[in-house]
Amino acid sequence: MSINEIYLLWSESAAISAVIWAVLLVTLTYLARNPMHKMIQAVAALIQHAFKQASTSLSEAEKRLTQRNTEVLIAEGQEASEHEIEREFERIHNIVEKDLAEYPTLHRKINDVVTQMDEDYKHSADVPPEAPGWAKAVDAVAKITTSKNDPMVGDILDSIHGSMEKNHEKTLEEYRKASRERHMLLQKMQPAWRGMNKDLKQVDQDVNALLERIKVVDRHMESYEKIIHETDTAKKTLSSSSLTQFFVAGFVLAIAIGGAMINFNLIARPMQEMVGGSSTMMGYKVANIAALVIILVEVAMGLFLMESLRITRLFPVIGAMKDSMRIRMVFITFAILLMLASVEAGLAYMREILSQDDAALRASLLDGAAQAANASDLSDRWITTAAQMGMGFILPFALVFVAIPLESFIHAARTVLGMAAVTVLRSLSFTFELSANSAHYLGQMLVSVYDLLIFIPLWIELKIKGAQPQAKKKGASGFNPLDTQTMEVSS
Amino acid sequence: MKYLWIIFVSSLLLAGCDNQDHKEGPTTKGVYMLLDTSGTYTQELVKAQHLINFTLAKLNPGDTFAVARVDTASFSEKDIIAKVTFDDRPSIANRQKRQFREKVDAFVKSVKSSGYTDITGGILQAVEYLNEANVGKKTILIFSDLKEELKKGYVRDIPLQLQGFNVVALNVTKLRSDNIDPREYMDRLQKWEERVNAGEGTWKVVNDMERLESIILD
Repeated sequence: MSINEIYLLWSESAAISAVIWAVLLVTLTYLARNPMHKMIQAVAALIQHAFKQASTSLSEAEKRLTQRNTEVLIAEGQEASEHEIEREFERIHNIVEKDLAEYPTLHRKINDVVTQMDEDYKHSADVPPEAPGWAKAVDAVAKITTSKNDPMVGDILDSIHGSMEKNHEKTLEEYRKASRERHMLLQKMQPAWRGMNKDLKQVDQDVNALLERIKVVDRHMESYEKIIHETDTAKKTLSSSSLTQFFVAGFVLAIAIGGAMINFNLIARPMQEMVGGSSTMMGYKVANIAALVIILVEVAMGLFLMESLRITRLFPVIGAMKDSMRIRMVFITFAILLMLASVEAGLAYMREILSQDDAALRASLLDGAAQAANASDLSDRWITTAAQMGMGFILPFALVFVAIPLESFIHAARTVLGMAAVTVLRSLSFTFELSANSAHYLGQMLVSVYDLLIFIPLWIELKIKGAQPQAKKKGASGFNPLDTQTMEVSS
Repeated sequence: MKYLWIIFVSSLLLAGCDNQDHKEGPTTKGVYMLLDTSGTYTQELVKAQHLINFTLAKLNPGDTFAVARVDTASFSEKDIIAKVTFDDRPSIANRQKRQFREKVDAFVKSVKSSGYTDITGGILQAVEYLNEANVGKKTILIFSDLKEELKKGYVRDIPLQLQGFNVVALNVTKLRSDNIDPREYMDRLQKWEERVNAGEGTWKVVNDMERLESIILD
């Protein structure tokens, strides 16, 4: 039986058939109204609960991840802060060891200078010459009145006068000599004063530098305390710092990768002379793999060198090594780097030779002997050769510094990826929440649409039931035919 | 986490540095060139010489190249004028290319025309040689007018086995008879195309030498 035959089952007229079918369908739909409403509600509730549960799970996962991210952020911030404080203490230690370790010597030196100056000062004291003891005797002789006209007395007095003159001159001479010596002593004291002044200024500078360092330590300690107490300011600062670090380090790493690619192109072709140009491994040319391995070994040596110098802290084992072993490692890694750089310079030279040979051969094959001669006779090729060799030698050392942005990038990436994961989880949670609500309202909408299809019988039912209170209707049927808001809104 | 980053950066470098296609099997190329030395076609050998030089310039270390003449009985190693599998090292490969060119130059100077043209024998020899060389991409270049003339008693009605082979007819000159009736020329090309396709090879005709580069490098 075809669809058309079924359609025209009741009457030959299509219109009458349509009306009969419509009445039949509306009646059946009206009769099935309650079970259909329940089914739509049940399906909507099922979808709503499933989405709701997924949303709740994701929300919890997001909270856990946020908590974990905060822990990691705080731990990293704490570690970085400890590192900075440690560095500051190292600097203070250096200042104390370098400058203030000599303080006892300096103190002794200043004491010596002060003692010396004290002695010199004492020696430079002005001692007046003593009056001659026999002046009183001369005075007594001079008072002898009876003998004033006595020539003998006159001779004696002349003699005394002469002696006194001589004595006076001698005393004056000695006094001048003593004064000169005192001046000499005072003059000698001048550089001692200046020296002492300089030493004291140095001490002042050292102490000030120490005080500055202590202020920096105080600042770091303050920041460290904030991190320990997990304050919001500390979290925001650390988070912002991580993002900045991530992008800056990523940018520098991109530059480093560019440098590594240039390096690769410098040595890949001459590598064919060493390991062959056509053999492949896992689909890649062995020469290319060898060139890449050399570059990666250089990067690895750079990492070890930076680690040994305690500039980076990617490998705790190296950081925990004895100082003597660490310094040995610095020399070993540097020596390996130097050798690799020399090898690269050699390979760059080989590359230039091969390029020249290729150019000459190509020219002789394609353009004849004249151009071949021109191709092989380029006297200014030494510039490119030297440039290539220089790059081959320098780039390995430049790659050493990749370790610094790499460390920053790795540390920042953990935080940034964590934040990205939190954002994704939050978005998913929101989407599921939205879907749960959509399912709920879609259920309501379907119930309304269902009732819309059977609005005629519903209207008749309403008219029959008359003006009964709406609440009673609800109680009687368990479901209000014209009110789709009875579904529980659980959002 | 740290090591994951290192692996990621290494992979990025390897992917970024290497721009070769990575296919299974050997990646080297093998080219076998047949030179028609019959009749007046020997005059075209100077063109062939340029073509050989061009091919030499385009081949890389590890590739295989052979040049053979087409004469009365071409299914023979004796007809191979020069053959080489280039060394892995570029400097040695360049030296081999120079030696190869010298051999070809010497041949072109001393070549004598043959009475018959056994192209099928040459192709059979090329197939055998390139299969032995175990190369990735196999190309047979036929520098000829494609008019096969066999000596009485020579059997060449043999189906060709050309799976994986590209057969390229180069510089297919028109004979005087072709000018009188171009259908002869077209029939000749059609016949060879059918034979190659029947052998599951691919067929191409290149009379413009500038297009050869894409064929060799493809």
